[in-house]
Amino acid sequence: MDGTIQSAELMNSGAEAILRALKAQGVDVIFGYPGGAVLPIYDAIFQQNEIRHILVRHEQAAVHAAEGYARSTGKVGCVLVTSGPGATNAVTGLVDALMDSIPLVCLTGQVPTHLIGNDAFQEADTTGITRQATKHNYLVKRSEDLVRVIHEAFHVARTGRPGPVVVDLPKDILIAPAPYREPSGTPHRSYRPRTEPDPKRIEEAVHLLKRSTRPIVYAGGGIINAGPEASRLLTEFVRMTGFPITNTLMGLGSFPASDDQFIGMLGMHGTYEANLAMHGCDVMLNLGARFDDRITGRLSDFSPGSKKIHADIDPANINKSVVVDVAIVGDALATLKALIAAWKADATPQDRPALAQWWQQIDVWRAKESLRYTQKRDPGSIIKPQYAIEQLFKATRGRETFVSTEVGQHQMWAAQYFKFDKPNHWMTSGGLGTMGYGLPAAMGVQVAHPDALVIDIAGEASILMNIQEMGTLAQYRLPVKIFILNNKYMGMVRQWQELLHGSRYSQSYSEALPDFVKLAESFHAVGLRAEKVEDLDRVIAEMLAVDRPVIADICVDEKENVFPMIPSGAPHNEMLLGPEHGPEKNRGVSGAGLALV
Amino acid sequence: MVEQLRSATMSVLVENESGVLARVIGLFSGRGYNIDSLTVAPVERDGSKSRITIVTQGTEMVIEQIKAQLDRLVPVYKVLDLTEGPHLSRELALIKVLGTGEKRAEALRLADAFRARVIDATTESFTFELTGATDKLDAFLDLMRPVGLAEVARTGVAAIARGVKTIG
Ligand SMILES: Cc1ncc(C[n+]2csc(CCOP(=O)(O)OP(=O)(O)O)c2C)c(N)n1
Ligand SMILES: [Mg+2]
Repeated sequence: MDGTIQSAELMNSGAEAILRALKAQGVDVIFGYPGGAVLPIYDAIFQQNEIRHILVRHEQAAVHAAEGYARSTGKVGCVLVTSGPGATNAVTGLVDALMDSIPLVCLTGQVPTHLIGNDAFQEADTTGITRQATKHNYLVKRSEDLVRVIHEAFHVARTGRPGPVVVDLPKDILIAPAPYREPSGTPHRSYRPRTEPDPKRIEEAVHLLKRSTRPIVYAGGGIINAGPEASRLLTEFVRMTGFPITNTLMGLGSFPASDDQFIGMLGMHGTYEANLAMHGCDVMLNLGARFDDRITGRLSDFSPGSKKIHADIDPANINKSVVVDVAIVGDALATLKALIAAWKADATPQDRPALAQWWQQIDVWRAKESLRYTQKRDPGSIIKPQYAIEQLFKATRGRETFVSTEVGQHQMWAAQYFKFDKPNHWMTSGGLGTMGYGLPAAMGVQVAHPDALVIDIAGEASILMNIQEMGTLAQYRLPVKIFILNNKYMGMVRQWQELLHGSRYSQSYSEALPDFVKLAESFHAVGLRAEKVEDLDRVIAEMLAVDRPVIADICVDEKENVFPMIPSGAPHNEMLLGPEHGPEKNRGVSGAGLALV
Repeated sequence: MVEQLRSATMSVLVENESGVLARVIGLFSGRGYNIDSLTVAPVERDGSKSRITIVTQGTEMVIEQIKAQLDRLVPVYKVLDLTEGPHLSRELALIKVLGTGEKRAEALRLADAFRARVIDATTESFTFELTGATDKLDAFLDLMRPVGLAEVARTGVAAIARGVKTIG
């Protein structure tokens, strides 16, 4: 920073140097699991109080917990695991973080340098295995590189498009004395991500947007990653322009869901209005989303008549699947600032009448109420999963609430029916779709926000994938609420089998389930169950009233499917609507509806 | 609409650290890109940087993707698609031809025409060294086949922009 060369201070051990570097990087909590190769670090942890260590029950959970921590705080999550099986157990979490651009640093133990390559006990080629599972990884072979690499790992994880970074640490490097230096501030030699957008591209974008008649803003997880200020500016921009806005699964919360300009999530299980507006728009502004296949459906039919503007921090996301007209490479916050300034500076008046007409069209689509369902209220009625989420949402309003999910139908219902008005309050595994993500992620969120309400909306199959973390909740008194939509099926699998495989429910029934109430109790938590509609509100209220971890087993309709649905590879205007909309009208859009756009 | 495939020669300047080549190769195999040729060697006096030359094929969109994907690797300094402008590309081959009599004489005559150098000879063999563009090497090998071609070692392509343009 000031150009002076900092003199190094020799630390007694590499492990101590690491802890000092972690502190300098702002780490206050590590999620980890010990083993032979990392014992020197555990020893150093034992001898200090500034960094808290959360002992998980499986290394995959350590990574998801760090993801939950990172996504709910905006900070880099930190993980510590041992060599061999410790590192391989972490791989799913690393890929999950890579796909969803979550900043993490994962320290892995390694056999001593002289044994590397010898098939030593608990040796795995961790850098080899995680090369494609991380944004970058390092193997530290010399003590003099150790601290620089740790600092660099944090820099790489948090800047540009964020992602997971692995630092593999041979045991001899942890034991030998190592020099400590503060982070240097000098730019990285080869890694220099672009963050400031090109003003010319911003002008081109505003030029198109000002002249649009059927615009749409499509915002994704990049806004969340750019920090809460980016969400604030997104809201300002959308209100300023009067444009409709839709969010991806990862972008939920970047714009208030309760706002009238929000037309819901888009994509495979997005709303009718969001998908048809994407299909029929004339100018699309994509901010921090990546034209994922769950969003675009059949590529050749994706929003065929529109000019597309794509702003992304990662140039490799641009023109990857969808060819765009204006490409803006930059950080979402910087891009939004520039867009707002350019919008104000451009004197061209907006075509307000056209926009009003566009909104009229959107309101027609909205009136279809694609998320409608029917909940029978007479006592003894079975609970509809959608209703369970809506009641949960209502009961939590006014409280600082964070929601994580597992993967499946419940995840989609959570995304559709739980409304997020703020960023960083929604954690879900979007890119990788990792069952078992939700409980450990919620755990990480609760560690970061001890007084907040943290709920994992789960499926009965997914929750079993990391159920051992109930032990962690108990140990650290983390009052996470696990809200299981128990449909006795791997519902999402069952839905595809029903719709695409002739209702042959091969291996998708959740046979031999545990008694979740007893399971909760055996893990020192509270177990609750709602079997009928009249139980639901009481169970939710009880769950929210206890200051302890809870499993609420909500028995829901086994046969319910997630609608709307755009089957994989179908275009947006071939959406399947639910039974509410009658069998004959199931084929989404009529010719007349399309003719309007 | 079938998009046109084209060949691209890319120069990639990288930090000379362990694993960097694996990163580049992993990127190609992981994302299903072609590698027609790949060469790598340190190019700085202190050995701190290496230059990788990759010949690949794809649609314009895929080639743009490859460039962007390479560029985002942490140890990559610079990616240059040389095929976007005039450039020079060379490859070296060592070619062993076995035979006696008329075939052997013919091999020598052809080698001469291609300016291939004889770097080793026995009464039953020649080893030629030939440098040139890939198609020149291919043409030479085609001619050698009927006259006793027994073994080839090729370096893969090294390439550089024409004129004053540099990668730096
Ligand atoms: C680790 C992993 N394995 C398999 C899958 C494929 N998969 C997607 S959803 C699903 C079923 C989830 O069942 P459940 O947790 O009960 O949720 P539901 O769909 O019933 O709400 C499966 C098996 C996955 N996403 N992740
Ligand atoms: Mg289920």
